[in-house]
Amino acid sequence: MEQLNAWFVELLSNNDIFTANTLGYYLDGLGNTVRLVFLSLIIGLVLAVPLAIARGSRRKWIKWPVFFYTYVFRGTPLLIQLYMIYYGVVFIEGIQDTFLWVILQGAFYPALIAFTLNTAAYTTEIFHGAIKATPRGEIEAARAYGMSRALMMRRIIMPSAFRRALPAYGNEVIFMLHASAIASVVTIMDLTGAARFVYARFYAPFDAFLFVAAIYLCLTFAILYLFRHLEKKLLAHLKPING
Amino acid sequence: MKKLLALTLLGMVMTTATAQARDGDDEIRLAIDVPYEPFVYRTPSGELKGFEIDLGNELCERANLDCTWVEQSWSGIIPGLLSRKYDAILSSMAITPARANQVLFSIPYYNTPSVWITRRGRDIDISDKASLEGLSVGVQRGTIRDSYVTQMYGDVLDIRRYSSSQDVANDLIAGRLDLSFEDYPVAVDTFHFREPDSKFKQVGESIKTPTSIFGKGAAMAFRQRDKALAEKFNQAIRDVYANGTYDKLMKQYFDYDISLPVGKQ
Repeated sequence: MEQLNAWFVELLSNNDIFTANTLGYYLDGLGNTVRLVFLSLIIGLVLAVPLAIARGSRRKWIKWPVFFYTYVFRGTPLLIQLYMIYYGVVFIEGIQDTFLWVILQGAFYPALIAFTLNTAAYTTEIFHGAIKATPRGEIEAARAYGMSRALMMRRIIMPSAFRRALPAYGNEVIFMLHASAIASVVTIMDLTGAARFVYARFYAPFDAFLFVAAIYLCLTFAILYLFRHLEKKLLAHLKPING
Repeated sequence: MKKLLALTLLGMVMTTATAQARDGDDEIRLAIDVPYEPFVYRTPSGELKGFEIDLGNELCERANLDCTWVEQSWSGIIPGLLSRKYDAILSSMAITPARANQVLFSIPYYNTPSVWITRRGRDIDISDKASLEGLSVGVQRGTIRDSYVTQMYGDVLDIRRYSSSQDVANDLIAGRLDLSFEDYPVAVDTFHFREPDSKFKQVGESIKTPTSIFGKGAAMAFRQRDKALAEKFNQAIRDVYANGTYDKLMKQYFDYDISLPVGKQ
């Protein structure tokens, strides 16, 4: 450990790029990235559950608007959505005088809105697929018990759908982390923003981006581990008996 | 094919030979990359015109040299100098350490300033640093303007870095930014801040120093060994500054100050 420490100190003293100052930028960037991704995933998840149920509704006036929303947000690049929500809204006449401007003035909330709407659209489709794939037998058994639709949804369909959606949702979380790298185009100093700043400052693209890639790898690994753990616990019943 | 190659080679040898033969004369060939308005451009009749053309002719007259202009595209302009296709470059070349390894620079003769911009109606005093606390400024990421505000105002201003100056202008109009710090000619094009009906205005003075950030400016370039020739032009540059000719020429092409008066450098 001491050796490692000494090695690290020497590494820091021997280069002009990774000083305490620039590491501070990366640390701020890490904070911003994690906050942005975490919040958008949580809000997106909360939005996606009712939307997924609505998406599977038999009533057209409920089903179609949700389909339209997921279609639009999955059918266009996140970068374009971010541009529209950040740069586009300012061309709405008089928006600066409305209460909305309090939210839209900074860069953080427009980015959060874009990321949330985007991940909610994908998560809605993931859940919708998982709900649709509920085995007929489970639903028939619930009906035989005389459960109402709401009770059946709560006790039978949703818990089993969540489990089925877990691996696909884990991918969505990782995609969201990587997609958040575009936040710096609207001036947010996220991890990529910090790397671009260091790159521009020292003209050292390899050092700046390799370092940030390593941080993203660590984050991805942490997410993978978390989902592996969840899957092991929640999908234990799907494992082969001797596995 | 072989014949053609031989002819081309022969042609090259002959050009080099003539170039060397002319080297001893007082005739000086100046290379310039055309066009770069308003420094150099072609009139409809095909004549070269512009600030650097006028300045170069003036300098040659002062130094008692017989000058001709050679057009040369930018990417080959230093190799052309080193291979004696011409004797000097006078083409808005900014002094950088990397270039200084290859060529000999004269004293710089101009540098475009940078400028603070805000919306018309805002009252901001740049010189009062304490009053800037919490204001936001937009800059293009990684430019010398970015370095300047980061070093000088990093502790008070909220610095927001953009990919293009158009994005900065957009957010300044939208009211997301209080200030922008931009290259003067670029600011003229994106903010139109000097026009009476513009939404923007300049704040404080235009800024060209410190040279550690903004660079030393643009200078003439010579071959390393042509020290005497460089010194002739240095003296000529000092002269045109001293006798007011530089100011007169500058005012013909610019309505802002690009001068680097000798002694202030």
